[in-house]
Amino acid sequence: MRGLGKALWAGLCALLCLTVLFPLGMLLSGSLMGGDEALKTLGPVFSRAEGYAAWPLLPQYPTLRGYIELTLDSPEFFAMFWNSIVYAGLSLLGQLVGVGAAWGLARYRFPFRKAIFALYVFLMLMPFQVTMIGQYLSLDALRLMDTRWAIVLPAAFSTLPVFIMARFFEAVPGSVLEAARIDGAGEARIFLRIALPLGFPGLLSAMVLGFIEVWGMIEQPMTFLRSQNLWPLSMYLPQITEDSLGWAMTASAIALMPPLLVFLCGQRHLVQGIGTMGLKEG
Amino acid sequence: MRTLRSSGARRREALAGYLFLLPSLIGVCVFLVSPMADTVRRSFFSVAGEWRGWENYQTLMGNASFRLAAGNTARFLAIAIPLLLLLSLGAALAVRRAPAFVKSSFLVPLALPVASLALIWRLLFDSQGLINAALDAMGVGTAAFLDSGASFWVLVGSYIWKNAGFGMVLFLAALANVPQNLYEAAQLDGAGRFQQFCCITLPHLYPTLFVTAVLSVVNAFKVFREAYLVAGNYPHEQMYLLQHLFNNWFLRLDVDKLCAAATLTALVLAALIALLQKFWGRSRV
Repeated sequence: MRGLGKALWAGLCALLCLTVLFPLGMLLSGSLMGGDEALKTLGPVFSRAEGYAAWPLLPQYPTLRGYIELTLDSPEFFAMFWNSIVYAGLSLLGQLVGVGAAWGLARYRFPFRKAIFALYVFLMLMPFQVTMIGQYLSLDALRLMDTRWAIVLPAAFSTLPVFIMARFFEAVPGSVLEAARIDGAGEARIFLRIALPLGFPGLLSAMVLGFIEVWGMIEQPMTFLRSQNLWPLSMYLPQITEDSLGWAMTASAIALMPPLLVFLCGQRHLVQGIGTMGLKEG
Repeated sequence: MRTLRSSGARRREALAGYLFLLPSLIGVCVFLVSPMADTVRRSFFSVAGEWRGWENYQTLMGNASFRLAAGNTARFLAIAIPLLLLLSLGAALAVRRAPAFVKSSFLVPLALPVASLALIWRLLFDSQGLINAALDAMGVGTAAFLDSGASFWVLVGSYIWKNAGFGMVLFLAALANVPQNLYEAAQLDGAGRFQQFCCITLPHLYPTLFVTAVLSVVNAFKVFREAYLVAGNYPHEQMYLLQHLFNNWFLRLDVDKLCAAATLTALVLAALIALLQKFWGRSRV
């Protein structure tokens, strides 16, 4: 009876995992199809060929040609990939400003602290659609529309990372700070020498989440960018599906590599970061 | 003497706090607060800048597309969020003692960009897609998943697929925080498993339930990505969400209606969050 229950439980877990992972598996396996095979597989859906789409469990003639052609031989694809890297890199760099804010909000008492914290939480809970028209008009007034900064600056001042980091900073024991103050350490020194090292896991969680968020952006580039040469990869993928269907799966697979890699390296921090959001309110 | 010094120290502390906060606060004001304040202000004016009072809101209420989109979004939230909470809590209870890699595999969908997956969703759910191919091969009738009311459920499914891991991780963290000795005591008193769940586990989960529900609402607005990439600007009527409407009004630069709709959406969301906080926000243990 015990053994049966255990087997059932393991089976359920395996089934859940399979459901969660199979689209990724499909895409990765499809990315190895050669152009002709991919066309035959996707054709009925995307170019309205006769019949139904068919999926071979594994590609019949697996090849890396798609990967090589896309990364080495198509400058356009490479340019969009580079755009995505630039957006993610600059946005994360900008979010570092939030580290100070998180430390200030978590460990200092000053007038309006609670109100400002509440404002940050409110802003992090508002969907993009609420701010889009206002942001568009401000970016336009600042002459930033249709530039890289239209993507980077709003993302850099996102308040979610501040919230996550503040949660981690709240956990730094007060006695450590007091001891440092008694030893005559200034506030900047305490921040650099104590807060940063002890709150570093919080910073990493915020960064992993931030990278995934910026890499997957659709709404912002759609609204704030007109020139196609500024598009991130996420905007360019539908175009590839239209123009060169044989490469679509490979392109989609390449596009998910960076966030997948960041996820695999940072999953511990991601789990920790998400976990802290739900525990005891600050 | 003493009060003087401590008030000086307090002022120094406040100054340090503000200095840490300032760079971020300036950016937040420029790129979030002032655009939102501007949106609220403009919602009372015409595009040309004449005072309109509540007129924009009245137009909005009478607008058929707005009512359709708001209704669909409300329906989406009302169905998808309870379902997500239930399923992610269920998943958390199921994989509680599973190895760590099983738990984190649930977060993989969160990391994958929707733009990449749109291809797979279309391949699966298209009228000539893989699911219909299987249905046809089995001799059961096929269905137009993306061009009928079923599209709404495809959207709910993809939302749950992407976000269940997020909720699950939040619940796992909360479950790990329930003091184990409570269960031992309950067992000694002869409480069954179900009773233990209702009287110990659930009350400890309320604050997490609140946070998960609120964050799920925010994430629910991002299903626009799936809907847009799979079905375009004007999808099936039942899949036409507020996000589509905002996007289409934006393309036509209907600033007055857009501002009123944005303000209204923010207000309704704030009210919803406040309501959730009232019911689940405070810890009951």
